[in-house]
Amino acid sequence: MTTTLPPSSSNAPPITQVGPIAWMRKNLFSNWLNSLLTVIILTTLLNLLVSFLGWATTTAQWQVVPANWSLYFAGRYPAAQFWRLFTVLGLIAALSGLTWGVLVRNVPKLFDRNVLIGVAIVAVITVLLPTPLPYRLVLLGIEALLLGSAWIGKKIGRAKPVVGQWLPFVWFLSFFVVLWLIAGGFGLPTVSTSLWGGLLLTVFMSVVSIVLCFPLGVALALGRQSSLPVVRWLSILYIEIIRGIPLIAILFIGQNMIPLFLPQGVRPDNILRGIIGLTLFSSAYLAENVRGGLQAIPKGQTEAANALGLNPLLVTSLIVLPQALKISIPAIVGQFISLFQDTTLLSIVGIIDLLGITRSILANPQFIGRYWEAYTFIGIIYWLFCYAMSWGSRRLERQLNTGH
Amino acid sequence: MRKWRFLLAASLSIAALAACSPAPSGSADGGAEGTTTASSAATSRLDTILSRGTLICGVEGSIPGFSFVDSTGEYSGLDVDVCRAVSAALFGDPDQVEYRNLDSTERFTAVVGGEVDMLSRNTTWTTSRDAVGGNGLEFAPTTFFDGQGMMVRTDSGITDLSGFEGRSVCVETGTTTELNLADRMRELGVQYNEVKFQDSDATYAAYAEGRCEGVTSDRSQLAARRTTLPNPDEHVLLDVVMSKEPLGPVTINNDSKWYDVVKWVTYGLIQAEEFGITQDSVQEQLSSENPEIRRFLGVEGDLGTQLGLPNDYMVKVIESVGNYGEIFDRNVGEASELGLDRGQNQLWTEGGLMYSPPFR
Repeated sequence: MTTTLPPSSSNAPPITQVGPIAWMRKNLFSNWLNSLLTVIILTTLLNLLVSFLGWATTTAQWQVVPANWSLYFAGRYPAAQFWRLFTVLGLIAALSGLTWGVLVRNVPKLFDRNVLIGVAIVAVITVLLPTPLPYRLVLLGIEALLLGSAWIGKKIGRAKPVVGQWLPFVWFLSFFVVLWLIAGGFGLPTVSTSLWGGLLLTVFMSVVSIVLCFPLGVALALGRQSSLPVVRWLSILYIEIIRGIPLIAILFIGQNMIPLFLPQGVRPDNILRGIIGLTLFSSAYLAENVRGGLQAIPKGQTEAANALGLNPLLVTSLIVLPQALKISIPAIVGQFISLFQDTTLLSIVGIIDLLGITRSILANPQFIGRYWEAYTFIGIIYWLFCYAMSWGSRRLERQLNTGH
Repeated sequence: MRKWRFLLAASLSIAALAACSPAPSGSADGGAEGTTTASSAATSRLDTILSRGTLICGVEGSIPGFSFVDSTGEYSGLDVDVCRAVSAALFGDPDQVEYRNLDSTERFTAVVGGEVDMLSRNTTWTTSRDAVGGNGLEFAPTTFFDGQGMMVRTDSGITDLSGFEGRSVCVETGTTTELNLADRMRELGVQYNEVKFQDSDATYAAYAEGRCEGVTSDRSQLAARRTTLPNPDEHVLLDVVMSKEPLGPVTINNDSKWYDVVKWVTYGLIQAEEFGITQDSVQEQLSSENPEIRRFLGVEGDLGTQLGLPNDYMVKVIESVGNYGEIFDRNVGEASELGLDRGQNQLWTEGGLMYSPPFR
């Protein structure tokens, strides 16, 4: 007979084995070398943090940020038309909310603890923003709109799952509405693109370039794999030429050389030229990222699909591409993040993006020498956007993870 | 195999076609300088601007006092006011300007390529930039005589460059500033120490910390930086000028009609100051008895019409931006944060270099 020990689950394991202290002992102070390293690194980090906070709260003169609030966010966009930008923000918030709700329709609780914490943090930051009260109220309203439409989206998604398939189309249409709201025309006063600037321009150019370069990149990747020599060589030629030229050279050619090739007086829009440059450049890199994914798909997949009687188009679009794109998500998002950051190069060729407007603000005699404050601020903005993208990509990867 | 060859031939012929088709535009492009000059003789840039309805002005966009975007989102500065003056002369409205921020490397390409109608962007007038064999540009009259200067602490007792014997100067490396300083010091036989920095912020930070007795750069820059030092009154600009930097507006070569407009609007600003016509007094001056003023303001004669502008263009210019003295004071002079004194930018009648040919 075997004697079974009485279950001692009522007693928690000793504090030396679980909990933060055990974790620290195991990971930070496992031997004298690790302990020494931990102490040195922690002291350095603490020192840096303390001196940064000391600077930020005493020496730094942050008024450069609130005084130029609208410049940072919308450049020289006329203040009387700001309502259009808020409408755009509201529209995007509503659509994002709907999409979010529809995507997570099968999750039992929409607003779980993490989401609530995030919402609370964003709301508190909004309330504390040093902007006029009406703007803060509008921003809070937009956040409420996001949550409300998420809730509605979940309901709709439950009732009619087919709605999910229509969302990309709605997003596509919304782009033209957004473009109309920002640029004007058709009943609204026109706002010339030379007045667009700051974060508005950075985000607009990145989003449009990202959306355009994705299909182009996938097409080039497929072209490079193609069995038709002309298509293959043209793709290879394009990719290798673009990858051999620095982005700044492409942008410079776009901004300054293009008018030399065109009849006098014909001047394509500067912003458009910037977007085309960014798109052409990124699509070549994206093509290589996607090609990596394509090559990782075992040949058996194609053969099995062929055996099922699918034609080449269906094999690619239903079997190969979905798997290849899933594999290359991290690389693709990495490319998008670097595209977002590459938009700063446009400030060198005279497009007043977030970095460009900051340089201009710093030339205001009132704010000369406020480099640290101004650049720290936009650094935080850039980080927020890039981190949001990489967070989104991780969520997407988890969502699409069908592996075993 | 045959199919493959056919494909090869087809692709080669497509490549050949592709290579051929840009050729005509390529050759037109090769003669671009010739064709642009020929076509601009036929249609001046002036006509293009008037039919477009806006002036495209190339500025630097981040030089304190010269061109920057203020907190309300408007461009301002001395360079910007020159653009506004030209716009007022063309359209009677100083705000018909589209600004393009230009880097120092791309500014001339932008003018020659027709990206911008004019530059008003801290550009030094030099032979190679003006010459047809060089950059091939036209320089309108200088709007700001700058020059390399030296800033020291008031309590250092240094009053001229020879006071730097055995002392040190902070300087940005890789610039003409560094070379000018070395030349001048060698000329004077002064043994000094250079403390070099890669960028301008570091240079001024080091000076503020006291790592060197003096710091050198263009005088307008030094004045701008002086205002950012902890105690601006403890620092002074020495009365030395180590290089000549005449800065002015620029247009494309071989387009006299357009160049003349920019040139005479600029001269007009200077002449208005000489006449004592200010933003506030321009309406009263319209009834002046002085024949020169009457011609200048277009009450008599047809000077404006001869330039291809409305005859009262100077009235519009002065109403919108004021005379040169007012522009100077507002942006970089006594009334601004920079507080530069007029120095060489004083009128010739006051001992400066600002001189306009007669409006006759």
